Amino acid sequence: MSKNVLKIENATMQFGGVVAVDNLNLEINQGEIVALIGPNGAGKTTAFNVVTGVYQPTNGAVWFNGEKIIENHPQGKMKKLYKGEHAGEYNNTIAPTPDVITKLGMARTFQNIRLWKSQTVFDNVLIAKHCRTTSNVFSAIFRLNRKEEAKQRAEVEELLKVVGLYEERNELATSLPYGKQRRLEIARALAAEPTLLLLDEPAAGMNPQETDELTAFIGEIRDKFNMTIFLIEHHMDLVMHISDRIYVLDFGKQIAEGTPEEIQNNQRVIDAYLGVAEDA
Amino acid sequence: MNMTKKKTIFTAAVLLVLFAACVIVDLTLPSYHIAVTVIKKATVYALVAVSMNLLNGFTGLFSLGQAGFMLLGAYSYSVLTIPDGKKATVYQYFENGGLPFSFTDIFGGIFGEQVGTIVGMLIALLIGGLLAALFAFLIGLPVLRLKSDYLAIATLGFAEILKAFFQWNGLGPITNGSNLLKSYPTFNKATPYVIIAGLMIALIVLLINSTYGRAFKAIRDDEVAAEAMGINLARHKRMSFIISSFFAGIGGGMMAMYMGTIAAAPFKSALTYEILLIVVIGGIGSITGSVLASFLYIFSSEWLLRGLDSGTFLGINAPAVFKNGFRMAVFSVIIMVIVLFFRKGIMGDKELPNLLDKRPKSRKKKEAAGK
Repeated sequence: MSKNVLKIENATMQFGGVVAVDNLNLEINQGEIVALIGPNGAGKTTAFNVVTGVYQPTNGAVWFNGEKIIENHPQGKMKKLYKGEHAGEYNNTIAPTPDVITKLGMARTFQNIRLWKSQTVFDNVLIAKHCRTTSNVFSAIFRLNRKEEAKQRAEVEELLKVVGLYEERNELATSLPYGKQRRLEIARALAAEPTLLLLDEPAAGMNPQETDELTAFIGEIRDKFNMTIFLIEHHMDLVMHISDRIYVLDFGKQIAEGTPEEIQNNQRVIDAYLGVAEDA
Repeated sequence: MNMTKKKTIFTAAVLLVLFAACVIVDLTLPSYHIAVTVIKKATVYALVAVSMNLLNGFTGLFSLGQAGFMLLGAYSYSVLTIPDGKKATVYQYFENGGLPFSFTDIFGGIFGEQVGTIVGMLIALLIGGLLAALFAFLIGLPVLRLKSDYLAIATLGFAEILKAFFQWNGLGPITNGSNLLKSYPTFNKATPYVIIAGLMIALIVLLINSTYGRAFKAIRDDEVAAEAMGINLARHKRMSFIISSFFAGIGGGMMAMYMGTIAAAPFKSALTYEILLIVVIGGIGSITGSVLASFLYIFSSEWLLRGLDSGTFLGINAPAVFKNGFRMAVFSVIIMVIVLFFRKGIMGDKELPNLLDKRPKSRKKKEAAGK
């Protein structure tokens, strides 16, 4: 029985009257690669933002490693506007900021690359280690944390070698080619020492060859770091090739769940992607 | 030879030469000479500019409260160090004005007059910095929730309130109302200023190159990414704000030392703009730039262009043109030229050791070499 890493429970995210994510239920087990797919505007990134603390869900809860980390129920004017079910089931509000969630062991990448532009490749990864430092600002100024700093630098060098960016470590992050910037963003997320890695469209804007490389790379990461990976992606090649399980969203609603084969043959998914003939 | 080693030696050598030059100026010229004044004022401005750069250039928080924090530092310094014997003349409008103790006298009693005065002065400076930091913590609670321009407006407002508050007669027994505070001990020579400001700037450099400094830069470059990578935005912004204000407070204390007499009036928003100007000219995100720009700025405004106001400039005697205010007109033109032709300031975001870096070959050359 594998350990449950992430569990999203009845999560609803409503912006005014718009229901972006509607009663999403999702589970990810240790070591799995799970993909969340769906047509544009289905609410995939919103679901990510709920899990990582960027948005506070209107209703529902998120469990991480057996601990409830996020919970909310409709409040204020949302009480009237709320359209979902399960409204009465949640009574607390637990709303940590994204940095707290990252410290718990969840690190993400972004749909449109968000590297620190003025920093080198090495520093980009090193800064992600900052959330793991134990030294306070005074010991940092007076260099009493040399040991920790040296350890972090060694770890970053090691990580850069693993992801194949060691040669470019002193270059500016923005001077890297697009595929490598994606890779660097993943490396940066790994530096925060997560147990769950969230990738938001890692293959966006990549050509087929780069996508193939990325597919192999994600598999490598899972094996090397014993990582659990949750990803959003539009490239079906990548998704079908790599995922253990797939969840499909359409207009905020979860319409299917299963292995890649099951999803490929699911009529509702095909309808959602291709549309249904009106006279059918 | 190793590049890092080379850079360290280069930096150390440049700093040593500059320091030696200051000492020589001090030893050969009388303390009222304009060169000594320029060095004193420029070091004070350099410290404040660097502290502002820490906030504006490295953390990306656009704050305009520097004059307020300097004011706090300046007042704490002077109020704490006016000798007991001179309080009656300083606080002539307020009976029994001034604090019931004076650091110069207390430490003078312990270490003897000369050493004691210096110890008292340094501790008063430190307390000025700490007070500014405390005030920054307090106003940071509401103000740091604001972003970009709004933060600037709010901090500017607080600085102005502080100025008005210090001029209030009700506080007269301590601040002497809107009258001058004077007779506190100062350094006549330039070297002590250079040493104090140098040490403070060194601390800021150490901070910027530490893990916290890197976190500040991450916040500046991309707040969303920084937060997603586990950097607590509120905590780090507050930290940067408090540390910057601490050094601005110390800079204010040194300003009081340099001026010899102080009142709240000169700590107006124009002072902040002057500092901001220095930061922009030097390069936002460059400590070296800030220091260089403050020396250039003070050198030209106090010495080089002085003649533009007083009739004779570069040997040309034209009192009809070179009269009061003309200096500022010329100055504005120079600043416009700098802003037009050095978009990123004199140094950009480079530091002193980066001057040794080889110029990156332009792409064309690279391609040609590749072929």
